This record gives sequence, C-alpha cells and structure tokens, in this order.
Amino acid sequence: MNLALSDEQEFLREAARGTLSRFKTVQAAREALDGEQGALPDLWPTACEAGWPGLLIGEAHGGAGLDAFDAMLVMGECGRVLAGVALLGHLPATAILDDSPNAAELMADLASGARRAAYLPAQPPGDLDERWSADPASGFARGDLPVAGEGGRDSDNGRVALTGSFAFVPDAPGANVLVGVALRDGLPVGVAVLADAPGVQVRPVTRYDVTRSLGHVTLKDSPAVVLDAPVESLTGAWHLAQALIAAESLGSVETALEVSVAYAKERFTFGRAIGSYQAVKHSLTEVLRQLENGRSLLYYAGWARRGAPGEFALAANSARSVASRALDHAARTMISVHGGIGATWEHDAPLYFRRAQLSRRLLGGTGSATDRVAGELLAQADAA
Amino acid sequence: MDLDDTPEQAAYRAQVRSWLDEHSSEAPVLQGPGALTDEDEIIAARRVWQGKLAEGGLAGVTWPKEYGGQGLGPIEQVICNQEIARAKVPGILDAIGVGMLGPTIIAHGTDEQKGRYLGPMLHGDEVWCQLFSEPAAGSDLAAVQARARQQDDGSWRLSGQKVWTTNAQFASYGLLLARTDPDVPKHKGLTLFIVPIDAPGVTVRGLRQISGEAEFNEVFFDDVALDEGAVVGGVGNGWGTALTTLMYERVTIGLGGEGLGYNSTRFAAALARDPDARRDPEVRHQLGQIASELLAVRFTGYRTLTALQKGQIPGPEAGLAKVTIVNGAIKAGDLIADVIGPDALSQDSEWAYMISFLPGLKSAGGTEEILRNTVGERVLGLPPEPRLDKGIPFSELRSKEGAPA
Repeated sequence: MNLALSDEQEFLREAARGTLSRFKTVQAAREALDGEQGALPDLWPTACEAGWPGLLIGEAHGGAGLDAFDAMLVMGECGRVLAGVALLGHLPATAILDDSPNAAELMADLASGARRAAYLPAQPPGDLDERWSADPASGFARGDLPVAGEGGRDSDNGRVALTGSFAFVPDAPGANVLVGVALRDGLPVGVAVLADAPGVQVRPVTRYDVTRSLGHVTLKDSPAVVLDAPVESLTGAWHLAQALIAAESLGSVETALEVSVAYAKERFTFGRAIGSYQAVKHSLTEVLRQLENGRSLLYYAGWARRGAPGEFALAANSARSVASRALDHAARTMISVHGGIGATWEHDAPLYFRRAQLSRRLLGGTGSATDRVAGELLAQADAA
Repeated sequence: MDLDDTPEQAAYRAQVRSWLDEHSSEAPVLQGPGALTDEDEIIAARRVWQGKLAEGGLAGVTWPKEYGGQGLGPIEQVICNQEIARAKVPGILDAIGVGMLGPTIIAHGTDEQKGRYLGPMLHGDEVWCQLFSEPAAGSDLAAVQARARQQDDGSWRLSGQKVWTTNAQFASYGLLLARTDPDVPKHKGLTLFIVPIDAPGVTVRGLRQISGEAEFNEVFFDDVALDEGAVVGGVGNGWGTALTTLMYERVTIGLGGEGLGYNSTRFAAALARDPDARRDPEVRHQLGQIASELLAVRFTGYRTLTALQKGQIPGPEAGLAKVTIVNGAIKAGDLIADVIGPDALSQDSEWAYMISFLPGLKSAGGTEEILRNTVGERVLGLPPEPRLDKGIPFSELRSKEGAPA
C-alpha cells in the first residue's frame, strides 16, 4: 500500500509552485478582465523549460515518461494561481499521440514544446448513449463528431478529409496540432490535423474567465492523419481530461480555502474573530471535506490509469464530479466569508468564482461526469 | 503509487489466509442457512471463536507479544480484518475491548491490571465495555457527572449513569470515566476506573432505538464499591488517559468505514435492479454524487493506511470521512427508498434498518458539529469558540447551569 507522493513527485510539485510564483498570474487575470491587451503572461516558454509539455510522452520520444498523477500535480499548481499554461489541451492530445506509432515523427517537437497540441474533446459512449459526441457551441443537445471522408490521392497512406466542428476546445488558439476522434465508416478513429492545414479554422472564444484559452474549431475537408492509437487510448484521453481539470480545480480550491481561512482569523465582529463562529468554521471545514475527498479521488485516478485501467473512467469522472462541486462551493464560500468585499472587483475571490463557473461547463460539464459515475457503477453491478 | 502488499505484508496475508482456510469451518454461522438465532447462543459461540482467533494470532494483532498479541502494526491489523471478511467468518466479538480499552490498559495500567485483565479480554473470556458517555456528557465528554468518592480505607464508592454502552448486556468489565474532584476545573478532576459489571449496584438496561432494536445500553451505578486497585492511570489523570482510548477509537473508525457496508457498490446494485430507475437522469445524478464521495472515502482510507505505514498517526481530519460516510449513506437510503417505494420500509428490509440506524450514527463518536469544530480548529487553525467553562471548578460550573454538582 503506497498512496502518497514520492520524493520526485514532491519535487515536481514544489518546482512547479516555484516556477509559477515568478508570475503575477492572479493580478494579470484582473488586468486582462479590464481589457488590458497582453496582460496575461505567455507561460508556454516557462512550461517548456520545466519540461511539462513532455510529461506524458515516453522517454523514447524525448518526453519525461511520467504518468497522469504527475500531470495532475502540475495542473493543481496551475489551478492554485489561475495560470493558463495550455496543458489541459496539450496533455490529453499527447497521450493519444504517444499511443500512436505512426505519429512518432511529431513527438520530439511536442515533447520539447517547440510545437503545441490541443485535444479536440470527444465524449465516448456511455451505458445509455451509444454515440461518440462533441460539446455543442450552445444548448443542451450534444454534437456529432466529424466524419472522415476519403482524402483524395493520399488516402492509401491513412490520410482522410475531415469535416465537422468542436466547440470550446481548451487551448486551441495557437496550437500547431489538433488531435481528436472522428468517425470512419461509423467507427471511432484517432485523427491528427495540422492547424495550418486547408479548411481548418480556430476561432478564439473568451467566456467569463479570461485566463482560460478556448477556441471553436471547424474543419472543412481538412486533411488529417488517421492515428493507429487503440480505441482505449481515445476513450482514455477523455477521462484523462476529466482528471486533469479535476486536479486544476482542486488547486483553485486550495487557494480559495487558504485565503478564506486567513481572513476568518483576522476579521473581527462582535469582539471575536469570525472564524470562531460555528457558521463560518463549519462552512470552511465543508470546503476542506470536499477538497480532501477530491484529493483522494485524484490518487484513485492516478493509480487506476495504469494500475486498474477498467476503473479509470469511474475514478477520473468521480474526481471531476467531486472537484467541480468543491470549486463551486469553495468559490462561493470565499466570497461569503469575506462579506461584501468578496464580491468586489478588487478582490481575488471573483476571479476564482469566474474560474469555477466556466470550468464546470467545459469538457462535457460536471453533470455528464457525474452521470458517467452512475453508469459505470450500474454496469459494474450488472457484471457482478 | 500502488495498492499492493510489500513482500512482508504478502507473507503475513498468506499466513492469515492459511489459518482461516484451516479453521473457518469452526466459526459460528450468523447468516444464511443454519444460522444461529438465539442471542445468548450467538454470544457464547462468538466468545469461543474469539478465543480461537486469539490462539491463531488473529486477535490483538497490534498488542505487544508479552500480553499475548503479535506485536505487529496497524497495516497487519487491516490485512487481518480483510482476510477475515474475505473468509466470510465473524471477527472478534470484543472489538471495543481489544481495539481500544486493552491498548489503554497496556499504555496506562499497572502490572497487576495487565496481568489480571488482558489475557481473558483477548480470548473473549471476559468482554469489556466503554463507560464514557453520559446523558449530559457526549460531545462535551469532560462534563461527566458519574461521581466516585474515596473512602477512608482507600476504596471508592461510585454513583451515576452511563449511556450508549455497546456490549454492556454481556460484558464482565467496563472502563469508566468518573469525577473524583468536582472542585477543580472539569478536565482535571477525572479518573478512569475498571468496574466489574456484576458488582452490586450496577444495573444494565437495553436502550431501544428507531429500529426497535437495542444496539446500546444504559448502565446505572448505585453506590458501587470499587477497591483501590481499580484506578487506571492515576487519580485525577482520567482525561489524559481517556484521550488514549479516544485516539484508538479514531483509528478504528477511520479504517472501518467500509466495514459498515455503506459503499457505492452496494447502493448501485440496489438501483441497478430497477430497469426504469437506472435510466432516470435524476436517480443517476444522485447516485453519481453519492457514489463519488463514498469512493473518495475508500481512497482516503488507503491514504490513512499509507500514513500509518510510515509511522504517522491519523489526525482529526479523519473525522471528516465519518461525516462523508454517514451523510452519503443517509442520501443513499433516501434515494433507494424513493425508487423502491414503501416496501423499502418494511420490517425485514435491509434499507429500513439502515434508514433507522443512521440518524443516531450521525451523533456517534462525536456529533457532526463537534467534529467540524475540532477539524476547523486543529486542522485549519481557526480560533476556538469562546468557552465559559475554562478554569472554573466543575462544581461552580454546575451551579451556574442551575443544577447541583
């Protein structure tokens, strides 16, 4: 039994915290909200120096050959300071490519960060919905995946032409390679598209949380390589993305809790620190309870991806479900513990609140992760 | 990161498993065909079985060898529990004695007490109960009023009432927290005693709960005589000594959540049987939320085990797992009964039993409010609630509360 950080993991986390502390990311978030162009620092060069782009790429391909839990540790540090590092898009994409022998030539540049990938989120079928689906640009109904047609004279070499769209793709603006799933003859296949290929359009979109880079991606007869990654890798990428956003959210919860606790100790009313009142104390311990539950599920997901692949979907989606609710609650608690000041523009609390509001609606939304937990458990019950 | 045994742990597991393979046919049958039904017969059979487990080294795993234990760590205790569960045989009858009270006597008792009591406790010949809580002393345990007065010859006279006492109806001894000096602040005037339950003046009465079953007892003490050697840990040191017991209780509860049967697998199975409910978005959403939190507790338990393995002692945050388990099980009970309908509340339904048991469990081992206070103060470092009892002699405090001390 060993469910604790190794010395290397402690070091990775501390190094990430140290690296990100050189930037005033939270202050930059406010300035960017005020419309200040270029306020947000470009953290990709820093990520490259730290080796983060290659976290999930094997050593043979020039990566660090680490696993999901290590990536989650870095995501948590990004979440603590609302740093937009483009890893949420890059890491799941590299996980698919690393499983694709025919993508080998791309890997060195992706591992070094000389080129950046973005994952086109494709939700795998569940126990009730047999289709693969994509996040819609608006509304409740889920979208279809692009269909791979014949790619003209290169079709013999595994090239296809893709037509379709993906909405709210994390870190798509500026990415060099787009990696996702398309349907060919009704079956899912991994695909890689160069962002500068014909018919590819990436439209940056900003919603509420300016620290989060998103793009609407449309493909029109765009030439793509069909990857030879197994289908487990394609479903795994979706679940990995759930685990990564969960880790990032819990990092934000850590900060929200620390700031709230510090204020509850120093702010006095009726002659007492407000943290001495049960109403305040108990709502802060509720944040801690949800944070600890989320952390335990990150361990579950981190272990299951290699240690029990059949449980990875359950682990990653339960982590997402708990972490997302934890951030919702932590951000609202952060505001209310601070009283009126917590709801003002000058305070950091609204920045964490904005992060919470947008995060819960990305990558299928928290609701679909929660539903998948149920689906996985019901299927387990049937099998038992 | 892994959930695997070390080679030493695997060897220990194999050893336990082979003992159980050999002896599990001797275990009393408590469920299914041929199960014992008479309560007295069950207790008698479980005592004998505990004795066999002790002889096989499967009881008192963490007790030092000189007291009949195995001198092993909490991980081996957990492995032993897992193997006993896997063999589908009952564990020891006196988990409270062996798990909490024995270790307290080992830490604080006299050589005479250790020599007299530990052996029969370990083998199930004498079952023990914990006599701490009172009607007016639960979360505020140091407010106990059971009063022991020392006589001129050094012996003691005890009067008062205890409550929520598991196993008292067949216990031989209890470890009791009593007030021995009301004229000092309340944490200071307490002493821990060993009390024979068959002593004149002791009355045990079953305490029926919502389900109609008596899971606990009330125990009354009317001028009970105790000799000088009944004191554990010294006169006036009762609070510090009792904290040892409570620490072992926390470890036991922290590692035992799954043992209560409140887990996502069981709850999902109940809903999976209903073809319509399992497709209902609201049912699925609720199940997903409840199950996620219960899964988290399972892995919090593994994190706790990892910490124990490294020689760390679980902190008060372990109490949050109890909050999650109880509230998760309450929600699960509601959801499952909503799906099944009134039949879930029939007399013989497992869900009716669970639904009845949980409101009380919410306060067991510390109410949710007191757990949140403790965690808020000890883990988050929030300032304590202002207290009106600090430094005030207990007798004065009682008179302020409008009652005689």
